[in-house]
Amino acid sequence: MDLITPDLGLVFWTGLNFIILMFILTKFIWKPIMSAVNKREDNIQEALDMAKNTKAEMEKLQTQNANLLKEARIERDEMIKEAKATSDNMINSAKGKAKEEADKIVENARTSIEAEKNAAVSELKNQVATVALEIAEKILREDLSSDEKQKQLAETFAKDINLN
Amino acid sequence: MTGLAAIGAGIAVLGAGMGIGKIGSSAMDAMARQPEAASKIQTGMIIAAALIEGVALFGVVVGLLQG
Amino acid sequence: MLDKTLKAFVWMVVLLLSAPVFSGSSSDGEPVDVTEMIMHHIKDAHEWHVLTYTDDNDGKQHVSIHLPIILLDDGLKVFSSEKLYHSGEVVEVTVHGKKDHYYANKELGYAVFHETIYKLNQEGALDFDEEGHATNAKPYDFSITKNVFALFFSSILLIVLMTAVVKSYKNDGMHPPRGLARFVEPVVVFIRDDIAKANIGEAKYRKYMPYLLSAFFFIWINNLLGLIPIFPGGANLTGNISFTFALAACTMLITVFSGNKHYWKHIFATPGVPWLLLPIMIPVELVGIFAKPFALMVRLFANITAGHIIILALTGIIFTFGSAAWSGLSIPMSLFIGVLELLVAFLQAFIFTMLSALFIGEAVAEEH
Repeated sequence: MDLITPDLGLVFWTGLNFIILMFILTKFIWKPIMSAVNKREDNIQEALDMAKNTKAEMEKLQTQNANLLKEARIERDEMIKEAKATSDNMINSAKGKAKEEADKIVENARTSIEAEKNAAVSELKNQVATVALEIAEKILREDLSSDEKQKQLAETFAKDINLN
Repeated sequence: MTGLAAIGAGIAVLGAGMGIGKIGSSAMDAMARQPEAASKIQTGMIIAAALIEGVALFGVVVGLLQG
Repeated sequence: MLDKTLKAFVWMVVLLLSAPVFSGSSSDGEPVDVTEMIMHHIKDAHEWHVLTYTDDNDGKQHVSIHLPIILLDDGLKVFSSEKLYHSGEVVEVTVHGKKDHYYANKELGYAVFHETIYKLNQEGALDFDEEGHATNAKPYDFSITKNVFALFFSSILLIVLMTAVVKSYKNDGMHPPRGLARFVEPVVVFIRDDIAKANIGEAKYRKYMPYLLSAFFFIWINNLLGLIPIFPGGANLTGNISFTFALAACTMLITVFSGNKHYWKHIFATPGVPWLLLPIMIPVELVGIFAKPFALMVRLFANITAGHIIILALTGIIFTFGSAAWSGLSIPMSLFIGVLELLVAFLQAFIFTMLSALFIGEAVAEEH
């Protein structure tokens, strides 16, 4: 029975001792330990976070680089394409121009040939006409030397008019 | 401790033993099934065991009161 | 393998040799009352009996530490326990049909019977009732008893050890723990994470950490010191109901004073209980306030006392049967229980702290 009866003296001493002990331990032991532990944990956490951040940043940079590379490649491709297009254009336009020029030259040549030809023809015509006139004059001068012949010619002309 | 008190204490121990054994076996089962929750199961097991033990200790106290 | 066996053998021999020392036996064939020895050990005492040896004249010599007795009886009275146990007289009495004795000092007017101090009556003697209890008046006893001495010793030891731990933290706090701190820090972190944070909650646990840490280490170191069979250890302090009562009272006071309105609402108007049942529920809940710390008190007391009783009883087998041959059974068994008690020492400190945190956590929990 007295084994389970709390004894006033021991309860008093235990309570007093424990409260003082708790005070001392809290002030000089637990606070420094807890703050050191917390500080270390914070440091570790910080370092971990930093490593994580750095890794993320690296990854970001890497993707950025890859993007840049990709963009550069695309740009290059575009540039090549453009250059090709330009050169094609140039070639085409040059070809066209050359053809045009050639055509023009040919045309010019043709026109000038035509013109020459025409000139030649008209010259010829003129000369023919002149010769014809001269011949006709000669003939006429011969034919109209008599009255009968003049009458005959007039009749011929008149006949021709009727036919028309 | 008188004889009767000793028998009473024995019966109390029997009950508590069975209870704690059941807790232990269930906890082992649970831990084997979900090893990732082992620490939580362990805490719960200890608390439950402590509560059962508390009841058994009342038996011991009654035994001591007799003695 | 051989090495291990050899080690085990050496340890057994050491234990075998030390067994008679802490059991207080003698080699002269006089029977040893094991029950008496056990009860004497687990109870408090006003002097600390270290050992008994037999001198050259076959006389028994006791080596004891005389602790001061402090009484509150019409003023403070302080004297050495030596005046009761050795300077006074030993009075042989027969109480309850059993031969017994008490120590009386008529000059001082006090006597000690079964480690309780009584005032002597007019004739300078103690009166006994039929049950065998002394009926004399008792002064308020604030003596530095064996347990109080152990209490002071363990507190100082704890402070000294912890100061050594703190010293290794005096740097910038960036280095891993060194020395003793390597052992203490995981325990501190365990209490913070698995006991305080898990039961009280991330938001409020900080306030209760000093109590939980102090209670844990205080109980643990006293449990361990109680397992040491020789002088500064060996007091059954954590197995004393007064000690556990004081600690459980601390837990109860902290729980009650940190209880928020939800906690009190739960007690005086338990949600989900019809109001007609409240006259039954309120007393039950009020009893619960006391029953929880009461269970804490009894648990620690009973576990540690039981451990001490088992170890002593197993060692006592040798003296019960009066043959050293029994040590072959008794020593391995008490060694086994001793190792188990090392675990129990930790476990009980842990459970006390854990349940304290659980009760505090219930008291400060927000409504869910």
